[in-house]
Amino acid sequence: MKGRVWKFGDAISTDHIIPGRYFYLRSNLPELAKHIFEYERPGFSERVTPGDVIVAGQNFGQGSSREHAAIVIKMNGIQAVIAKSFARIFYRNCFNNGLPAVICDTERFREGDEIELFLDEGKIIHYPRSETISFVSIPPVMKRILEDGGLVEHVKKYKDLRLDF
Amino acid sequence: MGKTLAEKILGAHVGREVKPGEIVVVKTDLVYAQDGTGPLAARRVQEMGFEKVFNPSKTIFFLDHAAPSPRFELSNDHNFLRGFAEKTGCRISEVGNGISHQVVAENDVRPGDVVIGADSHTCTGGALGAFATGVGSTDAAVAMAIGKIWLRVPETLQVVVTGKLPTGVFGKDIILHLIGKIGASGATYKALEFVGDTIEHLDMAGRMTIANMAVEAGAKVGLFPSDAITRKWLNQMGRLGDFKPLASDSDALYEKTIEINAETLNPTIACPHQVDNTRTIEEIGEVRVDQVYLGTSCNGRLEDLQIAAKILKGKKVHPRTRMIVTPGSRSVYLEALKDGTMQVLIEAGAMALPAGCGACVGLHEGVLGDGEVCLATQPRNFQGRMGSPNSFIYLGSPAVAAATAIEGKIADPRKYL
Repeated sequence: MKGRVWKFGDAISTDHIIPGRYFYLRSNLPELAKHIFEYERPGFSERVTPGDVIVAGQNFGQGSSREHAAIVIKMNGIQAVIAKSFARIFYRNCFNNGLPAVICDTERFREGDEIELFLDEGKIIHYPRSETISFVSIPPVMKRILEDGGLVEHVKKYKDLRLDF
Repeated sequence: MGKTLAEKILGAHVGREVKPGEIVVVKTDLVYAQDGTGPLAARRVQEMGFEKVFNPSKTIFFLDHAAPSPRFELSNDHNFLRGFAEKTGCRISEVGNGISHQVVAENDVRPGDVVIGADSHTCTGGALGAFATGVGSTDAAVAMAIGKIWLRVPETLQVVVTGKLPTGVFGKDIILHLIGKIGASGATYKALEFVGDTIEHLDMAGRMTIANMAVEAGAKVGLFPSDAITRKWLNQMGRLGDFKPLASDSDALYEKTIEINAETLNPTIACPHQVDNTRTIEEIGEVRVDQVYLGTSCNGRLEDLQIAAKILKGKKVHPRTRMIVTPGSRSVYLEALKDGTMQVLIEAGAMALPAGCGACVGLHEGVLGDGEVCLATQPRNFQGRMGSPNSFIYLGSPAVAAATAIEGKIADPRKYL
């Protein structure tokens, strides 16, 4: 699926994605989702369209374990997050919620670029530059969780974790 | 081949030797969540079709962030968790009881355990030699439901700290120095393991501060050996039976060894808006401070309050500055009352709030306004974390916090010690 790039820099924390001051909305996810990137990128939730992609620098998702950060990204219709590197709890939270987190060099991406992601082939087509970029392959354990539709579905299916690789 | 602490603990839980990079499914010894991550975790347990939790006596929900609740929505979340605990038989740690990581360190975490918490600072338990790591609500929910988690066996970075800590320099300064050196993602996906003669002599409060902030370097765990200090702490908590010695093998393989000479360290500050943006107190210049926040999972222990009281005894908090003290747990609070620590702090002009950590996340009890500056002992200083996106958070030790409260600007504690 094709999507537009929303470009962010390094060290975007879960506080940037969804600040702690909205703690009281965590049991009201549709309302919480409206506050995504509120300070970092005002108006994000109104302007984002389904299939768009977040592209960022180093250590995306650092900080708090709040899974709500991954959830509000997904709820805003983002198809994947692409970054140079991810903080580990956020990385797990993405896949657990069926949101792919892809690692690659993101220097050449610009805000608004049209791209297309091919998860199985491990490549991204970057239309403005007519380039095909390959990314670090998604670990098998994450692929399995994604294929099962997230960790909840995985456990519903097996009543266990079938993730030894 | 020798094993690191991480490899030993995970290997013991899988029942065979494990190597870094491997994915393993391990049994969990303890799983908990707090009032911000707990409601989602409890719902996920239900969504997965489980009516009971795997091990109710080792499954805990902590009401510690919104404690007592400042909003009806959060009161409803608390009541949902109370109801879930009643239905499943798991434990609830009530409002006022304290911060999850402090309370489990006092009551539950044992050397060699695998501890899973839906809070990034769960790594605090590494101070007791437990493989304690933070996850999101869904991973915690799975651990609650089936008593298992999948983990990638981490490579280990060994941190060797040697020499005597100078006066006025603490565990907080060691970890801030380390994070400044390796960066906020310097240990991502890795285990940190702390050794050396400084560590051997460091008390449990100092170890917990360091372990707590392992995640601020991206680490999965911040591990300490289980030794005489661990034994002493468990004995103090009335849990001597939970003690077992644990150390990495002398021929263990580390990805890297980082050496720190404690004798050269200074009081260290993390400046806005990143934990790895560190400077020594000499480099900090004049920074006026509106609020000093002493407490949190990082520095809310009796020793932290005591050092602040030692500095503030007979002195006054600067009239332009507010000082907030939140003990890490009810038992810390009680100890600080009994030994006079709390009285010294209150007489100096500080205010005491219930054991909890709501100000650290900008939830309540000390929310910063536009342009305000806070010197906090908490582990994190991202933009807008404590309130206004236009506020500024500096991180330092409890001693720096106390000296700063006196002077109304970030101050060197060494002249008061």
